[in-house]
Amino acid sequence: MDLGELKHQLLTMASLAEAAVNEAVRALVERDYDLAMRVHENDRLIDQLEIDIDDAAIHLLAKAPLAGDLRFVTVAMRISQNLERVGDEATKIAKRARDLSQEPPVKIHVDFARLTRLALDSLKAALDAFVNRDPAAARAVIPRDREVDALNREINNALVDFMIAHPDTIRRCMSLTVVSKSLERIADHAKNMAEDVVYLCEAQDIRHSGHGKNPVPVAPAG
Amino acid sequence: MAEMTLPKMSVPAPSSGAAGTAGDALIEISRLSLFYGAAKALKDINLTIRERVVTAFIGPSGCGKSTLLRCLNRMNDLIDGVRIEGGIHIGGHDINAPDVDVIELRKRVGMVFQKSNPFPKSIYDNVAYGLRLQGLKSGSDLDAAVEASLRGAALWDEVKDRLHGSALGLSGGQQQRLCIARAIAVKPEIILMDEPASALDPIATSRIEDLILELKKDFTIVIVTHNMQQAARVSDHTAFFYIGELVEFGPTTKIFTSPAQKRTEDYVTGRFG
Repeated sequence: MDLGELKHQLLTMASLAEAAVNEAVRALVERDYDLAMRVHENDRLIDQLEIDIDDAAIHLLAKAPLAGDLRFVTVAMRISQNLERVGDEATKIAKRARDLSQEPPVKIHVDFARLTRLALDSLKAALDAFVNRDPAAARAVIPRDREVDALNREINNALVDFMIAHPDTIRRCMSLTVVSKSLERIADHAKNMAEDVVYLCEAQDIRHSGHGKNPVPVAPAG
Repeated sequence: MAEMTLPKMSVPAPSSGAAGTAGDALIEISRLSLFYGAAKALKDINLTIRERVVTAFIGPSGCGKSTLLRCLNRMNDLIDGVRIEGGIHIGGHDINAPDVDVIELRKRVGMVFQKSNPFPKSIYDNVAYGLRLQGLKSGSDLDAAVEASLRGAALWDEVKDRLHGSALGLSGGQQQRLCIARAIAVKPEIILMDEPASALDPIATSRIEDLILELKKDFTIVIVTHNMQQAARVSDHTAFFYIGELVEFGPTTKIFTSPAQKRTEDYVTGRFG
């Protein structure tokens, strides 16, 4: 596999992971048992792509790529790992959707729609930044994670209060806390991928230490 | 071939005080251009080479990297029709000044070539040759100096029992290490290497590379190489040349992971050259 084929595999994996999250959330909202099962079954395709991509990356590294090519191969391995985790989180949501579809809905007003939108937007924005090699767009993803974290905490608190008041809903509310947590984790993975895109484009590692306010010029990777 | 009859004035020896810190500027190349007749082979090169680091010159064939290397010990003087503009200063002194002793310069700036060129003499006499020219007589001092050089070139253990055997009986890799021993015997400051391992097998190449990493503790090394992975393995700084121009110069890790210039990126990723 050459670099172009590696990129194609990665884009395929990204597309599957994004679709899995969208369908898992739709299965939850629409209480669609069959859709939830399909998401769960299709996760093996995402898992296999992670294995194939890592294998191809190792073979490419053996050819000693340099500069932008070297950064691309190492970032490809990191992104594939993040996408595999996104697939796993989508599967968790799908399993909870499957279970909840078999029980009466919980009448609680929490802003799952906004949390879902924030997580999906972050995921899409990170993947678009990768496709378009756009470090500015990637950097824009990163601060959004704080909003997702805050909303997840808010939803969790609301669910705990609801469970205390309505103990018969505990099992269903616990499933919803798992869904909220999974959406928060998907946003985390989007942030990780955005940081990887910045490294790919600018050779700056901005993980953990802020947002790298002074990018240094590097040649555009091929 | 032109004959050199320059008046004698040595390139000043390094100060007898503390050796320069690794990283101090040693070779300053300023606005250097070189012409083969009317053809301009080097174009306004500005470059600082630092002491006791390994600097690699890379670039496609014909880019001028070997031509520039040969400027540093005035080997281009031996080619008819060569003319230079600009300056090269080593240790603050202009090596092209009219009163420079070129022979002395070439002792201080040694050279190892792609094809090893041991003299058709014994191993011992190859290393001793330059020392004898310096006036070191046969005896224990000469023996010790020969041994030190052969040890410095990581060759002593392989040849200590056959020092008076012919150098031409050594393998290719051993001959190249003998040439390095011969160069370091006269205690140069700088060693120039023009693709020193390109004619060697991978194991011999690996030994030369290990040797370079050892030698840089005591010598400033400038190496021309076509092998970018080799440059990445052994050098601290890398200069990329293209059609006579210096395109980019910087720490090797930066040149090979995140070059600033697109031409550098294209070259190291194999898109041309």
